[in-house]
Amino acid sequence: MLAIYKKEMRSYFTTATGYIFLAIALIISSFVFSVSTILASTPTSDTSSYFSIILFVMIVFLPILTMRSFSEEKRTKTEQLLLTSPNSIFSLVMGKFLSAFTMYIIYIALSLLNFITLFVFTPEGTTPPNVAMIIGNFTALILLGMCFIAIGIFVSTLTENMFASAVITVGILLGLLVINGTSTLLNADSLYLFRYVIDWFSPFARFDAFVYGYFDIGALIYYLSVTGIFLFLSERVFQARRLS
Amino acid sequence: MIEINNLVRKFGNKYALDGVSFTVKKGEIVGFLGPNGAGKSTTMNIITGYLSPSAGTVLVDGIDVFTQPKAVKSKIGFLPEQPPLYVDMTVWEYLSFVFDLKSCTFNKKAHLNEICELVKIADVKKRLIKNLSKGYKQRVGIASAIIGNPEIIIFDEPTVGLDPKQIIEVRNLLRSLGKDHTVILSTHILTEVQAICDRIVIINEGKIIADQKTSQLNQTLGQNNRFRVKIAGPNREVLNLLRGIHSVTRVTQDGVRDGDAFNYIIEYSGAVDIRKMLFTALASRGWPILAMEGVEITLEDLFVKLIDEKGDNQ
Repeated sequence: MLAIYKKEMRSYFTTATGYIFLAIALIISSFVFSVSTILASTPTSDTSSYFSIILFVMIVFLPILTMRSFSEEKRTKTEQLLLTSPNSIFSLVMGKFLSAFTMYIIYIALSLLNFITLFVFTPEGTTPPNVAMIIGNFTALILLGMCFIAIGIFVSTLTENMFASAVITVGILLGLLVINGTSTLLNADSLYLFRYVIDWFSPFARFDAFVYGYFDIGALIYYLSVTGIFLFLSERVFQARRLS
Repeated sequence: MIEINNLVRKFGNKYALDGVSFTVKKGEIVGFLGPNGAGKSTTMNIITGYLSPSAGTVLVDGIDVFTQPKAVKSKIGFLPEQPPLYVDMTVWEYLSFVFDLKSCTFNKKAHLNEICELVKIADVKKRLIKNLSKGYKQRVGIASAIIGNPEIIIFDEPTVGLDPKQIIEVRNLLRSLGKDHTVILSTHILTEVQAICDRIVIINEGKIIADQKTSQLNQTLGQNNRFRVKIAGPNREVLNLLRGIHSVTRVTQDGVRDGDAFNYIIEYSGAVDIRKMLFTALASRGWPILAMEGVEITLEDLFVKLIDEKGDNQ
């Protein structure tokens, strides 16, 4: 697993993928951060709108990290090396997953720099930023990103075209967002059960508790489970392909 | 060492392998011979655990590939048909990645250096793989297969696309590896297996049609009573003369014409060497022989022969 992890980390920085992801994601984050807080028409130290926008940004950018993952191995036939090496398929999947997750954490860590400015230049007449809320939001963002990455890895096992892999992943993530939106639209009481079910499955609905600074154990388990399921499915794809 | 029992592999409704069985003993160099699409790669992919069979088993040292893949995979060094190279890496980076991937316990630097010397890629260690020539890429692939000093080495068409000099180098390398490894090597070139292998397994359309010692196969091939002569003389009369010679079974022309000389392919039966007879007969008519050579047996001819033999035995 470590060998794969190291190789993937290396490849993020020898091909342009890692730099492109970090650079563009950070530029957008910083821009969104400044216009939603200090430079907003009414300056505020409330960062909730920043986080909700970043959520959408990640839907588009996280698939960049995972699009090559297994699809490229398949296209260049290097997966034959991996699959005939004395490693379990699951450890290969984990190596890929953890490397993409590390890139994501690097991004999160760098985007934290934005908050320093907010603490230093708290807009006049507003309360200082709420640390609990910020930590809650970041926790949620990390957990949600983890799910997105697992979904991206799973999609990349299905195709050998990295662009198809990226587009399908974005499609799935947007699909989840639409489900979430449906739930918000259907607020008639009679549809309560329907909404309940949709919300249960929607990774975005689980986000809400964190936004207000609560730590929701149920949501934590949910995110870890979704990640686990998709990594498990990725492993099954290889097992199934061996047989077909 | 390797026991393959009744392997069947279906792709959709098509049988890629249909009951393949053979065994490989420790220290043997076995050539796996067959035309393209015969099932060579499929068999190798199954032995290495890349594919699963539809039925049948593969045991390596008594361990089943499908129940304990990890244990088996660590014993095998595999070079697939297309070497699995990360072209964005340098040769050294790639080899050290493979070293880590196989969780080897040797001294990394010493081991990799040794391998680089062995396959003669020491001078390109620091170059990016994508900038290497086909021959070097193939050698890097071979190097990656023998990292960790596996007991069994499986090479799928290792000499395809190489120039003649490189082919000879790779063959020498295989021969030297064969001294202390068990080697399975696939190819569709007959002379290659004759040159390197102790034993030859021939596969066609997913079935094993022969499994013999190389010396035995050479005997089968030795009975190739066929040669090509270039004779200067009137076409039709020469043909008649040739057909009249005792024990000649078939005369064909291969269409090559050189002035008033034509090429004839003569097949004959029996143990008598008819070449002397042919010379005297032609000399008496004043038609000189300009060239005479044995016709190399092709894989197709060999198949016809082997299938005939099988039919006779039954």
